Amino acid sequence: MIELQAVSKRYDSLVVIDELSLHIAQGELVVILGGSGSGKSTLLRMMNRLVEHDSGRILFAGEEIRNFKPEDLRRRMGYAIQSVGLFPHWSVEKNIATVPQLLNWSPSRIDARVDELLTLLQLEPALFRHRLPHQLSGGQQQRVGVARALAGDPEVLLMDEPFGALDPVTRSALQLEIARIHKTFGKTIVLVTHDIDEALGLATRIVLLDQGRIAQSGTPLEIVSSPANDFVLDFLGRGDVGIKLLGLRRVADHVRPALPGQAMTNAMTGEPIQASLSLREALSVFVSRRVSQLDVIDGEGQLLGCITLSDLLAPGRPTDKAGTVATP
Amino acid sequence: MGRFHPRIHNRVLALLVLLGLAVAWGLAFLKYAPNRLVSGAAISLGDVLMDRWDAGQGLALGAILVPALLLGAAVFLPPRRTTQVVVSLAATLLLTGLAWLAADEAARLAALAEAASGMSPGIERTSLGGAFWTLAALSWLAAADALGRLGLKPALRLAASAAVIAPLLVLLGSGALAHLSLLREYANRADVFNAALLQHVQIVLASLLPALLVGVPLGVASVRAGRWMQALRPVLFSTLNLIQTIPSIALFGLLMAPLALLAASVPLLAQWGIKGVGMAPAVLALMLYSLLPVVRSTAAGLEQVPRPVIDAALGMGLSERQIFWKVEVPLALPVFLAGLRVATVQTIGMAVVAALIGAGGFGAIMFQGLLGGALDLVLLGVVPVVAMAVLADALLKALAASLAHDA
Repeated sequence: MIELQAVSKRYDSLVVIDELSLHIAQGELVVILGGSGSGKSTLLRMMNRLVEHDSGRILFAGEEIRNFKPEDLRRRMGYAIQSVGLFPHWSVEKNIATVPQLLNWSPSRIDARVDELLTLLQLEPALFRHRLPHQLSGGQQQRVGVARALAGDPEVLLMDEPFGALDPVTRSALQLEIARIHKTFGKTIVLVTHDIDEALGLATRIVLLDQGRIAQSGTPLEIVSSPANDFVLDFLGRGDVGIKLLGLRRVADHVRPALPGQAMTNAMTGEPIQASLSLREALSVFVSRRVSQLDVIDGEGQLLGCITLSDLLAPGRPTDKAGTVATP
Repeated sequence: MGRFHPRIHNRVLALLVLLGLAVAWGLAFLKYAPNRLVSGAAISLGDVLMDRWDAGQGLALGAILVPALLLGAAVFLPPRRTTQVVVSLAATLLLTGLAWLAADEAARLAALAEAASGMSPGIERTSLGGAFWTLAALSWLAAADALGRLGLKPALRLAASAAVIAPLLVLLGSGALAHLSLLREYANRADVFNAALLQHVQIVLASLLPALLVGVPLGVASVRAGRWMQALRPVLFSTLNLIQTIPSIALFGLLMAPLALLAASVPLLAQWGIKGVGMAPAVLALMLYSLLPVVRSTAAGLEQVPRPVIDAALGMGLSERQIFWKVEVPLALPVFLAGLRVATVQTIGMAVVAALIGAGGFGAIMFQGLLGGALDLVLLGVVPVVAMAVLADALLKALAASLAHDA
């Protein structure tokens, strides 16, 4: 979908992006992760030509992006930013309709699209359509920002620290929203963040940037289980790697199957836990209940088996329903 | 029920009422002179009201006392919407009542003068005194304050303000005020007045339109990132600032010589009426003065458009031109209109001074009055200028507010 070949960008003498190559395939949710000054925003903004690259080639849908008119290119890519950038003088409806209007959609189609997107982002259309941005909370504004970026049904969605300014609760709600949208529509999403947990939770692939180069690229599991170098390890937080690893694995993959007809053992351990929990959450339950064994049930409440504290250390047996984290 | 404890709820109104009482007590409501050459004798509001009391004319008394008492009482009323409505109605009534009472007294005095001396009618002068003007202004302030507290939408507020003035205009149009000296002066020189009105409007428009045509593009260019403009910007603004500091009469004077020279050397320009005195230097000077507020408000308006908004617009694929017209212009407009308001009011006022170099307008009437020591003539020149400025100010304010409202 998007391919960067040995792309460089410098501001005066400062090299921001250094001979970087990256292929983003259709349907991926690539998180570009890095500290400030790593060049992550520049990298994103080069993809829709808000920043022009100095050398190398960037291809979109197989074609050099400089062959597109910038406006045409940008209308095929949704764009959402941290400060949202909603037009303060336009209603929610009109903000969302910006790109469809540029694409000359019919009014009835635009109307339907606005309704659809507001519903998708859990904003009651009748209630929010005619509000002005300043009448919305920060989280609602960002929802409208995402809806606006999706409005023209773009082939790619570019997001520049979209949740950076939100409180933790609102942020995780919107992260879930993005994960859901990605799963439902299979859209290619490129998201820039400095938040390692956001990256681990959302990405199908993480691209970790360091001074304009890729320090490591891979699935969250790959990055956490085998950090390529000290920089990656530092970025993950050295003391935290084990916990992060547990966060990426599911209880479902570590269950000791129950024998047919076996009853629960919960007299000792209290409530059974859901198989969809991460091992990190399971660990938390172990510690807080001071037990070393827990029963595991599936979504329907059927007993699947049990899990012990030492099972957390086992490599696990990936099943095909491996939670939100896709294995390569 | 406890006892009634009077408590001042509206301090602004309290101040206005106190000022009103002091002024009604201390200043002349009307001044009467047997002819326009001698200075008149003062007649206080109390005198006029006593006369009406003696004559048993309850309507005249009521027209002043009822609204005045209402306003006084409203000081102690809790700030409800009804209170504000009552205050604005009472203030309107008082304003109208004052004008009507003054005119009525003037008519009575005119009849007396005619009967007593058998002089030809219209020689005596009854002019409005300090108490009238101050009380009228205080009534207007009380009404404006009450309307402000009602929190009306811009258009409605403008209409309500108009409604406060409307009875006064009806009185004026009906000829009821004709015996007041101000109107006598108007009647004597209606054609001069009308010509002055036309000239004044001409001067203002002829100064503002070119200022907009030059100033808006300059303002837009000054915020664009071109290297040339970035270098020129400080020069531009300090030049405009410098112009602003030149006293207006000096600037008129400074422009007279070059324009006279220009007219002498290019006959075609002289044919168009461009010469050292008259409209040309006045319009040029006023245009230069309004350039600063226009350029500065254009630039300030564009600069306060949030950068992320433009960034998002670019990222979504709006072209530079679309961003300018759909995003930057509407967001810059309120600030720009505030600047235009300043420029307009300033130009209307300064155009008065332009009469000194023969540009005409209301200034000509005012200076004629000043030189002749005829206060009514001065007022005949000044009052319409004030009215024009207030009107322009209110209209542009309402326009800006309505844009902010439904944007």
